[in-house]
Parts: sequence; C-alpha cells; structure tokens
Amino acid sequence: MAATSSMFMYSLTIQPPSSITQTILGQFAGSKEQQILTASGSRLTIHRPDPAQGKIATILSQDLFGIIRTLAAFRLAGSNKDYIIIGSDSGRITIIEYVPSQNRFNRLHLETFGKSGIRRVIPGQYLAVDPKGRACLIASVEKNKLVYVLNRDAQAELTISSPLEAHKAQTLVFALVGLDVGYENPVFAALEVDYTECDQDSTGQAFDELEKHLVYYELDLGLNHVVRKWSDPVDRTATMLFQVPGGADGPSGVLVCGLDNITYRHSNQDPFRVAIPRRRGATENPERKRFIIAGVMHKMRGAFFFLLQSEDGDMFKVTLEMVEDEAGQPTGEVKKLKIKYFDTVPIATNLCILKSGFLFVASETGNHHFYQFEKLGDDDEEAEFDSDSFPVDPTEQYEAIYFHPRGAENVNLVESIDSMNPQLDCKVANLTEEDAPQIYSICGSGARSSFRMLKHGLEVNDIVDSELPYVPSAVWTTKITRGDEYDAYIVLSFNNGTLVLSIGETVEEVTDTGFLSSAPTLAVQQLGEDALIQVHPKGIRHIRADRRVNEWPAPQHRSIVAATTNERQVAVALSSGEIVYFEMDQDGSLAEYDEKREMSGTVTCLSLGEVPEGRVRSQFLAVGCDDSTVRILSLDPDSTLENKSVQALTSAPSALAVMAMADSTSGGSTLYLHIGLYSGVYLRTVLDEVTGELSDTRTRFLGPKLVKLFRVSVKGQASVLALSSRSWLGYSDPQTKGFMLTPLDYVGLEYASNFSSEQCPEGMVGIEGKSLRIFSIDKLGNSLLQQSIPLTYTPRKFVRHPEQPLFYTIEAENNTLSPATKQRLLNDSNLTNGDAAELPPEDFGYPRAQGHWASCIHIIDPVSAKAVLQRIDLEDNEVAVSLAAVSFSSQDDETFLVVGTGKDIVVAPRSFTAGFIYVYRFLEDGKELEFIHKTKIEEPPQALLGFQGRLLAGVGNELRIYDLGLKQLLRKCQAQVVPNLVVGLQTQGSRIIVSDVQESVVYVVYKFQENRLIPFVDDVIARWTTCSTMVDYETVAGGDKFGNIWLLRCPQKASEEADEDGSGAHLIHERQYLQGAPNRVSLMCHFFAQDVPTSIQKTQLVAGGRDVLVWTGLQGTLGIFVPFVGREDVDFFQTLEQHLRSEDAPLAGRDHLIYRGYYAPVKGMIDGDLCERYALLPNDKKQMIAGELDRSVREIERKISDMRTRVAY
Amino acid sequence: MADKLRTQQQLEALQSRYVGTGHADTTKFEWVSNIHRDSYASYIGHPPLLSYISLGLGECRERVRGIMLERMVRPVGNPPEVAD
Repeated sequence: MAATSSMFMYSLTIQPPSSITQTILGQFAGSKEQQILTASGSRLTIHRPDPAQGKIATILSQDLFGIIRTLAAFRLAGSNKDYIIIGSDSGRITIIEYVPSQNRFNRLHLETFGKSGIRRVIPGQYLAVDPKGRACLIASVEKNKLVYVLNRDAQAELTISSPLEAHKAQTLVFALVGLDVGYENPVFAALEVDYTECDQDSTGQAFDELEKHLVYYELDLGLNHVVRKWSDPVDRTATMLFQVPGGADGPSGVLVCGLDNITYRHSNQDPFRVAIPRRRGATENPERKRFIIAGVMHKMRGAFFFLLQSEDGDMFKVTLEMVEDEAGQPTGEVKKLKIKYFDTVPIATNLCILKSGFLFVASETGNHHFYQFEKLGDDDEEAEFDSDSFPVDPTEQYEAIYFHPRGAENVNLVESIDSMNPQLDCKVANLTEEDAPQIYSICGSGARSSFRMLKHGLEVNDIVDSELPYVPSAVWTTKITRGDEYDAYIVLSFNNGTLVLSIGETVEEVTDTGFLSSAPTLAVQQLGEDALIQVHPKGIRHIRADRRVNEWPAPQHRSIVAATTNERQVAVALSSGEIVYFEMDQDGSLAEYDEKREMSGTVTCLSLGEVPEGRVRSQFLAVGCDDSTVRILSLDPDSTLENKSVQALTSAPSALAVMAMADSTSGGSTLYLHIGLYSGVYLRTVLDEVTGELSDTRTRFLGPKLVKLFRVSVKGQASVLALSSRSWLGYSDPQTKGFMLTPLDYVGLEYASNFSSEQCPEGMVGIEGKSLRIFSIDKLGNSLLQQSIPLTYTPRKFVRHPEQPLFYTIEAENNTLSPATKQRLLNDSNLTNGDAAELPPEDFGYPRAQGHWASCIHIIDPVSAKAVLQRIDLEDNEVAVSLAAVSFSSQDDETFLVVGTGKDIVVAPRSFTAGFIYVYRFLEDGKELEFIHKTKIEEPPQALLGFQGRLLAGVGNELRIYDLGLKQLLRKCQAQVVPNLVVGLQTQGSRIIVSDVQESVVYVVYKFQENRLIPFVDDVIARWTTCSTMVDYETVAGGDKFGNIWLLRCPQKASEEADEDGSGAHLIHERQYLQGAPNRVSLMCHFFAQDVPTSIQKTQLVAGGRDVLVWTGLQGTLGIFVPFVGREDVDFFQTLEQHLRSEDAPLAGRDHLIYRGYYAPVKGMIDGDLCERYALLPNDKKQMIAGELDRSVREIERKISDMRTRVAY
Repeated sequence: MADKLRTQQQLEALQSRYVGTGHADTTKFEWVSNIHRDSYASYIGHPPLLSYISLGLGECRERVRGIMLERMVRPVGNPPEVAD
C-alpha cells in the first residue's frame, strides 16, 4: 500500500484526552514539594497541587507519541529527586527526569528489550520498583519479567544494568509490586497462575484445581541474579496486591485482594484475612460480593494505613495491628488486620495521598476529584472489623459484614477537574447564534454522566458591573506617582466631558484632581515621577504633583485627533495631519520637539511603545493613516520623526499597539506592532528593534466591527486586548510561549484599560454601553470553556431537533436496577429503620443487579434553560440503543423522534429477547414527547436514520425501510447488505452508507421504482467501525474500535453506474467480486489516533474558517483533520515531519511513523501535533531544520500556526 | 542433515522466545487458544480499548481486566481428548 495519496489531511488535537491511565506521586522537581504525574493516552502531564488554595495546576504536558501503559517513580538513596520510569508500547524501558529550570522532561535511559507494540509476552504491562530505588521489574501479562538494577556511577549519574531475566513460561501475571524489605536484597511480589496443566487436561479437573500463587522474586545484588524465592497459594480470585511497609516501618509483606477478601501475606508471617464490608440497604443485594479495584498505602511518622476502594466506590481504611512485647512496644509480628468504612469517592483508576493532606482521585469516568482530608477516620462511630472473625481460608464459611454508606466525613472535595472521559458522542452546532459554532457532547458514565457544552473562549471573572449616568466613550486608569503599586483614578471620557473616579474602599467621583472635566479626553498618563497628563482635543494638560497645571494648547483652528503616551513621551496628531512630539526633560517638564511632521493623510491612530528598561525613550512611533498605511517613525534624537518603514494594509487602521511580548522564536521577548483595522481584521507584525522594519505579518479576522487594541497585563505577562464584536485576548501560551488569540467569554466591550487595585491586583476595566465593568482573567491555559448538565445514566447517543435548539439523548446503564424495581424494593414493608433512605446516586452510584438495565430518554435544552426538560424511563428491562429524528412524508413531512430499543440485552456474547422501535411525536416545539406506538422487531435496531421521508433501520445484518402506520411501523423494503451487524447509517440522495460492526462500510443504493436496496461497493479490510460520516458523495470518513481513522472513496465509475437512471437490474446482475459487492473502495487516508473515535463530523469550527473533519475520542479527545489545498504545503509539512521525527524523537522511544501506523501504514496524513513541537525545540535545532527547508524560522512557525488558527483554536 | 537440524533448532528458539509460534503439529486447540490469549492481552494492554469494553459491560476497568486475565487461563474451554 503506497503511503502517498492524492488526498492529504493535517491532523491536530484541539483537546487532549482527559482520561487518566495512571497517576503517580513524586518529588520530580527535586524540591520538597510533591507533584502529580499523570498519563492520559499518549500524554504525560505533570501537575502541581497548591495546598494553600486546594487547586491543581498543570505545569507541563508532553505528547509521547506512544501508548503509556505504566508509570513508576523511584529515588536513589540519598537523593531528593524522583525519576520516572515509563512502560510503554515501544518495547523499551524509559527513564526520564523532570528538569524544572527548563520545564521539560529529559530522557536519561532508553533500553530496548523487545518488539514494539502491545503484545502478550513483551514486558510493559506491569512495572514495580524497589522502594529504596535499587531495582525495577518490568513484566508482561504472560511469561516475561525483566529486572533492571538501578545505581549511580562516580559522577552521581543514574546507571541502569543490563536486564536480568525471571521468565516463567505459560504463567499469567495478575499483579506485581515491589516489596518493602528495607536494605535487604530487593524482592518483588507477583500474583501468578500457571496454566500448563490446564492446557493439557481435557477433563477440566486441572482447571478447577488451579491455584493462584503469590511469588516472591529476589534480586541477589551480590550475585546479580534473580531467584524465585518463595511461592504460596492464595485466593483464586485475587487480582490486586498492595505493598505493606517493611524495614523499620512495618512488618513488610503484601495485601492480596480478591473477591470479598483482603489477606495479609508474607513469607515469615501468618496470613490474616478480612472480608470486604457490603452495603446495607433496601436496594442492595446482601449476597453481592465486591472486589477491591484501587487503593493506596500511606506512611506517616511510624504509622501507616491503606485506603482500599471497592467497585462501588466505597473506600475502606485498612490497618495492621502488631503483637506487643512485654514493654508494650509493637514487635515485627502481625496480630490482626482491621477494616472499616472510610468514605465514598468516585471509582478511581488511582488514588494518591499527598503529604500536604490531600487525596487525588483519578476517576475512571467523569471529573477527577481533589479532596482534602478532614480527619483520618480515627475515633468515629464506624464499626471496625478485624481478622479474628474470619478464617484464613476463603472457602470456609464466615459471616458477611455490612456497613451503611453515608456522606463524606473524612474527606472534603476542594476541586473537581473537568474530564470529558468517556465521551460517547459529539455534535458541533451553532445554537446560540454566535459567530462560531459550539461543541455539544455527551460524556461520563452512570450517575456522574453529563451533557457538556464547549465553547472557545477564556474564562472571565466578573468583579464589578456598575451603571453610569451616560454612555462613556473611553476609560483609563492611572496611578498618581510612578512608585504607586495600584491605580488611583479611573478616568471616564464622555462626549462632552470627563469624569474622574478615585479607587479606594469605594469608587467615588473626585473633582480636585486637576483634570479638565469640561472636555472629552483622548489620553491619560502618569508621567515621570509624579505628574499626570491629560490629552483632550484642545490641548495637553500637564498636572504636576503640587497641582500646578501646564497647558499646551493645540494650534489655532486645529484639534488633536489622536494621541499616544508613555511615561516619558507624548505624541499627538492634529486634525491637519501634523504630528507633534513631546519628551520629558530632566526637570520633569514636557518639551515639544521643534518640528512637526506632516503626514500624507489624516492620522487615525498612534502608538508609542513602553520605554524599555534602562532607556530614556521608546525608539519608535507607529502612525496609522486613513490611506490604509502604517508608518514607523524614528524617535532617535538624531533622526527624530524620520520615516523608518511603511506597511500597506487592506483597510484603514483603527488602532495600533507597539509592545514587547514573549516570543517562542527568539526565546526571549520581541517587539511587536499590533494593528487593528476598521474592517475588523487584526494583524501582528514583528518590529525590528534596530531598523524599525516590519516583518512576519500574521492576520486574523476578529469580527465585523472595527478593532481597538489595549495593552493589558494578565498573569504577569504583557498581553493585548483586542475589541471588535467580541473581545479577544492576545497572549503567549504559558507552556509553549506561542502567541494565542482567544475570545473572552464576556460581553462585547467598547473600550478597556488595565486595572490594578488592592482587591484586584491584575484586572481590567471596560465599558459596554452604559455600564462600567471590572473583570479579571485568572486562567490562561485552557481556552475551551465547559458547561455541563447532569444526566441520569451513561449516555449512548443523541440527536438534535431538526429546527429547535434541543437535544434528545438515550441513556442506559448495565447491571443496574431500573427505577421501577428500585421503588418496589423501597416500598417493601419489612424494611428495617434507616434502610429506606436512598443515597444520592451522583456520589454512591446506582444499586446494582446482574442482568438488569436502567434506561431513559432525555430532552435537553442547552441554550435557555440549560437543563433537562423531560425524562422518559423505559420499562421491562428494555434498553434504548439508537435514535433518530425522522420526517415522514406520509404525515405531511412531520418530524417524529424514533427510538430503537432491545429487551434483556446481554452485551457479550450478544443476546436479547426482542427489539422495538418507539415513535414519539414532538409537542410544544419539541419540549415534550408524546408516545405514539411501538413496533416489535426481531432484533434491537442498532442504527436508525430518516431516509426520503421514511425510516431506515439497521436490524441485525439487514437494512429495512419503514413507513409510519397508525398502529405500528410498516415494513416497506429490506435487504441483507452487511455480514454481521449494522451499527451506523449515513445518507446523501439515494445512496446509503452502512457501517458494519466488523466489516467496514458498504455503499448501498436505493432504487425507488423497484423498491430495492442494492449494495454496490464494499471494503477489503475488516474495520470495526464505531463512527462514520460522508465527506462528499463518494468519500466516507470513519473510525474504528482500535483507534484508527480512515477515509475511503468509492471508484468514480462505480459511483456513476449506481446512480444511472432506471432499474437497478445492471447492478443486481453485475458479477460479484470475491464474494462481495462488485466494487471495492480505495483507501485515501489512514491514521492511528490511539483514542477510540466515537464521532466524526464535517463542519466549520471558527467564523470564516474552512470545513474540517472534527472527531472525538472515547477518552475525551477532540481532534480535527484539515484538508490540504496545495501539493506544495504537503511537501513542506512532510519534510518538516521527517526532520522532527529525527530531531525530536518521541520521549518514550516509540518510532513516530510506526506509532501512527500502528495497525496499517499512515497514509495521506501529516501529524500536526508533531509539527507543532517545532516551536518547543531549542534554537539551534530550529535553525538547522529551517536551513534544511530553505526557509526562516519565523516562516516555518507562521505556517504551523496558520494551519491551526485558520480553521480552529 | 545438518541444515535440517539447524532449522529445527532455530524454530525451537523462536518458539521458546515468542509464545505462539506454530509448528507442523500445532493443533486447532493450541492455535485458537493462542489467538484468544493474544486478543485478551491486547484488550488489557490498550487503555482505550479496555475503557470501551468496560463501558459496554457496565463494569469498572479493573474488574474487566481481572475477568479478561482470568479468561486467559482457559480461553476456549478444555482441550480435546487425545486419542492414544
């Protein structure tokens, strides 16, 4: 298969996955502070918890271009910095460190041990380190275990040995931990099952008698050899191990967790076992046993405890009691194991306890939670159970133990971190009539699921919103003296006057400031040490500290039309087109420069830069004229007001701002000229600090209104606020330092200024109509704002109302009691007191029951009510599996909501007792649903679609057309078109694209005259399709369960033949090709995205942007594919990609090209995420690549950023 | 003859190194069990796939991992009886 294609797409991630595969804690920066390291998809992210505010901030996030499977932290003895070991799909062990000074990861070691990819016998699934950091063991699911000895050399650098093998064939590993043995030889504990005998024994007896073993592997550091030191059978159901502190801290050993039991085991101790307490309640099955699914051990000053979480989310505190000697001191011998209920938190993939008293819960689904410990469950009334009541052998009889779940007492939620994992479906639509569409998506599972609305924008914190008597035209803030920390005045300019407000405890009007109040103001500035400047149309008012006022009057018959100031310079433009320039001299007075400079046209705007540190003046004055030019004038004493350079524009400039900003290209800061035009376009060009040349212009359309620009400070960095129909903030990204321009999620402002006061040190003041608003921007990192509406069960699919801004979701929860059954149980009369209370399902989940389903349909209004409008529960163990809004031509094109359901569904292996199609009528513009009828069919219909005024349904492997009858749906036509199961339908004209669960897509044509469905094109490769969309009439884009995204195109000839007029006889009688349809699709693009695509859609994302393919992934990824227009760009990006692959090889040692071609070679795709890493390279590498590409660094960076900003965020 | 021996040895080395490498006498049972074990290992190893399956089954990821591992022990039932 050729890797080149006639079609090329550029893949970009808009939002990285938010699911967490693993979390570890460590002091990665080498300081006392603990950081949280998470792996999400292919991304490694380091977070800093802020104990003072109880918040978590992301410090660094890097794409590894590989699948991260396990992480471990270790520390060499005597060091205070934790290193990170990554187990990935690269077939290599990677050791990295975090370099805080450069804020990046640095790879220390990369040792190859096997083939790449995720395979049964290639290590990478399990990773355990010795608590003293002397060795690590990396293991595969079956057979292979490799031990690496970690040490340091004479230069105190970390060294890694060659691997020692501890393989055992035909042995499955269930869990692996490093044992805490102090400074004795490192020991690793594994839970193993040897299936050799079971594979030979045809009677099945060997399988029944199969034992699970707890095995200790000892690394003899003296002999440099690994031995199986100890092996002992444990509970057959055990799946988890937890390390028990050893050495001076505890008895060492492990906790082995299995079905309804937690057992303490160690080679030289007796086993101790406790059962897992079960929930008591009317809706709980008292016989249901639980597993432990997550947990954490925490050590503190000589004591330790475990928090273990059951599959309901209940956390139990497990402690060990030691035998005491005569003196009452604890010995190293364990006396009993104790367990008690602690609190309930969401089901976690990992729990982390921070030394600062916080608990980080990396939730399996939904938002991640950050809790603060209030207490540790000591001295409460919770019943404690100990191992004395339980036999060591789990097969023996014992009495089950119960507890009452209750609200959190020990932990307190301080922050919930947004996570869209799992994301089941997504639609991009513009429901709010804004200029850019919003993203609507259904995420989460169980009672923690939600409907989310995503919008591109920065979150704005509104502080003050007060009404003014008149509509102001401009606003400024100013300090009184240079040394002031905060602003003292807010100056408001009206059409015919000026109002000065003082900032203090309250904001009130002041009159004795020396400002002229009878004229509008053009500029306000704190000048020199302690003077103030007010520029008004008739002159410049220089207010000295002692309230003496010097007035410079504008020449007769002329007025000032534009002004710009900084703390040492003032420039004004007169209505005659002249520019007058002033500079402050030694004694603090303003000196006018003798000559006026006459411009060719009327000056519309001016800008002086800030005075650079250590200089006396800003070098340049930017002048915008109505002849659509911007000129740069020199302010150097030798060449004052001389022309330096000119930039021609597409429209007259409305605002200018010269400012220095952080820049990723130079690494430091660069002087920029920001230009706003009357046409609503914003430009940013680089202003050369020496020559005044303008270069590297980047353009962006902001909105239909003229642009105004303001210099503001956000998070300590100089940023530019651009106001058009929306307000935008231009800033450099905290991590990449790349320039970002993001709209604010705020009202459209008319004018704004920086604002700093004691209460709000870094804010902005703006005016909108008659109101004065003070606001601040607290977060720069995240530019996608989320709002969410809670849902009831795991959402499966959703559709939009054809006209109204409403969505309909279907939700279903497996192994859960339906509301009706639950109510019946609750109404049961022989309930004991307190059992009838229902627990809030958001925190405690739903009561579970094997084989039961709970399912419902929701109407959601995401725009006005922002809530669920109606809920329809399904009964009789039915589950909604598909839905569509279908307009029936037999009913005068009235649209109905059609929902497909299945009864008694078992997911795997697939079975059911019946399927139904429900029809609902929209009432009150879709705000209510009225049930019409339901039709019984053989199988649950997995896909429904409106098709030419009728309903198209995929029932099993058949495609059917139904019309709406009075009592039920009427089958009009059917055909078997796919081999297995129809899971998706798309249509254009009379062409239908049918996706099969396993066999890719089939193109089907519907011949109306003959009423026949005829498949005419299918695929050569089995693709387990999850989603698909028609990109054009011939092309389909889709994704599969393994994380691939592909574009398929049907041959032109076949496409035309299928649509030929008349009967489909020629299609039906065409010869089959290799037992399939007569034609085959050809592959256009193929790409491995890792995340399972759940939806794909062709749409626009920004106002005025081109169409792109937007796809969403199960783990919360949002990505786009941008089609390339020209071959030239493709060649450029292909070469760039090639260079980046070698210059910036992925951190975990996975080959980028092989990773993106995980299942099939990459075709017709450029990985934009890799290209964007160019901006993060060190300067010399950038230069080198730029040299190879025959372009400048800026040019390359512009090309990369244009690819993103033209179509997305 | 020496060539044949070497080929034999190489094959054996491969078989011991890469589990599932077939030989002339591979039975259907061995082959199918091997395929199933490989598949389960892949489901466990790919985090998104495990999430996807766990979401469908309505169980948590750790449980699904345990179930899959357990199935790897005897993925396709008991081996057929060997006729002596």
